[in-house]
Amino acid sequence: MDTVLFRNNMAGRTITFGEYKDDGGFEALAKGLADMSPDNVQQAVIDSGMRGRGGAGFPTGKKWSFVPRNLPGPRYLICNCDEMEPGTYKDRVLLEQNPYLLVEGMALAGYALGVNHAFVFIRYGYELAAVNLKQAIAEARRNGLLGDNILGSGFSFELDVHQSAGRYICGEETALMNALEGKRANPRAKPPFPAIKGLWGQPTVVNNVETLANIPSIIAKGPQWWKELAATPEAAGTKLFCVSGHVQKPHCFELPLGTTLGAIIDGPCGGMRQGSEFKACIPGGASTPYFTREHWDVPMDFDPVAKAGSRLGTGGIIVFDQNTCMVAATLNMIRFFARESCGWCTPCREGLPFVRRTLERLEEGTGSMADLDILRQHVQHLNFAFCALAPGAMGPVDGLLRHFEDELLEHISNKGCPFA
Amino acid sequence: MLPDDLKHELEQRVSDAVTNREAAVDVMKELQRHYGWLTDEAVEEAAELLGLSPLQVEELATFYEMIYRRPVGKKVVHLCDSISCWAMGGETMLAYMASYLKIKVGETTGDGRFTLLPCSCLGNCGDGPAMMIADELFGPVTPENVKKLLEGQI
Repeated sequence: MDTVLFRNNMAGRTITFGEYKDDGGFEALAKGLADMSPDNVQQAVIDSGMRGRGGAGFPTGKKWSFVPRNLPGPRYLICNCDEMEPGTYKDRVLLEQNPYLLVEGMALAGYALGVNHAFVFIRYGYELAAVNLKQAIAEARRNGLLGDNILGSGFSFELDVHQSAGRYICGEETALMNALEGKRANPRAKPPFPAIKGLWGQPTVVNNVETLANIPSIIAKGPQWWKELAATPEAAGTKLFCVSGHVQKPHCFELPLGTTLGAIIDGPCGGMRQGSEFKACIPGGASTPYFTREHWDVPMDFDPVAKAGSRLGTGGIIVFDQNTCMVAATLNMIRFFARESCGWCTPCREGLPFVRRTLERLEEGTGSMADLDILRQHVQHLNFAFCALAPGAMGPVDGLLRHFEDELLEHISNKGCPFA
Repeated sequence: MLPDDLKHELEQRVSDAVTNREAAVDVMKELQRHYGWLTDEAVEEAAELLGLSPLQVEELATFYEMIYRRPVGKKVVHLCDSISCWAMGGETMLAYMASYLKIKVGETTGDGRFTLLPCSCLGNCGDGPAMMIADELFGPVTPENVKKLLEGQI
């Protein structure tokens, strides 16, 4: 199986600039700048079928194409490495292994978009990743692969790292732009979309780390080659799946997009840990509805996962065994989201604590049937929130109601948690 | 009072920024590193460096989880309380840490060495329960290895 992102992984350490170059590193950038126009690069990304790896799965090339070419002033590219979705750690692993892929990918994206100044927005706690990245940027600059007039092409590109101080909402692209500007990170109204009016009011593209790190391979080996790395004809490329919870080997794996859930757990994860049976999982980070045994054969790709009632999200798979109380698990996630709400809009600020209290009643054994209706209503109501945080937060609640109603009823009739 | 070299370093950071306030998080972090937490004095100093009002800095400082507006110990021990770590026994581990350090969650040890705080997902989910001490990630944390991890912190 061909891998793209983890191809050069060195056991227990970061790849060096020399090792990356020796294995064809920065050749894609050279090829792009010398042989391709910015439009050619963008077209290759469109042809590859790449869909954004940050969670929403929006086609990357299409997102790029929304940036108008004729507006005056600078345009910006931002790499979103505010990886705070619980259960997600792929971007950290990627940058700890190989920061050069991101640097090269961003330079190519910058060339395609006509961007001369880009930022990597990186969360707290990712110190090694940030150090690696800064070092990679310095080395690329020393070697004429960043900065003014790269490889004599006339294209100039600067890359800065912004280290955040911890708040989930900063991963929302418009909140991220406020955070980067040094403002309180509330989301902005859309429209205008960032492609028209983003960072400092200028056209801006925000892409995830994994998305951008794939660009060099798309350019070096061609969109068709890259697309066919996937497990199904509908899917495109590979995907980083980061697994946590009750499996034998919780780890981050690069696998063909469209690999089935069961193949991921039974394959590289080595199955469930001793004494554990698979009960459920979160397929794509804490804001996605549960999958159960019935979803074992679902290809882990955007459309099949959506069709099966959840979202591929970030590819952060959190696995639960038979001893896990799904009400308690859902409560844990709602507590996270209620705490991380920025407080800007009423549905999110007031609704999530209300849902949290409702789940607390159920878990503690003082809940009633009426509480189930409250939860059902809020799965609908919180779609009216200002940004995607609250609807995402209700993902696990939605899954709980659909797949584990019996467990909720047991909490009510038992007047307490049956797992306690 | 800020030492002159730190003050100049921060003035340089601010003047390198696209706009002054772009450097706000960096400035708050550096001041926190200097004072141990973001003191009232530090808020005023950050405001002056950034050309903001102290209230504008306060609004940012209280927004971020890793900016401390109250005194903390020399090292803040963050234990992840989010879902992957919860599934791996994070709640039990947090209670164990509190009893080991002989403090309640949120408190600082009598010798001022450690403050124990739960925190949002650390992005170390494959190694839960995960812990962060001064920007360094650890995991899985167990009652057996936690003593050594803490002793290694000076």
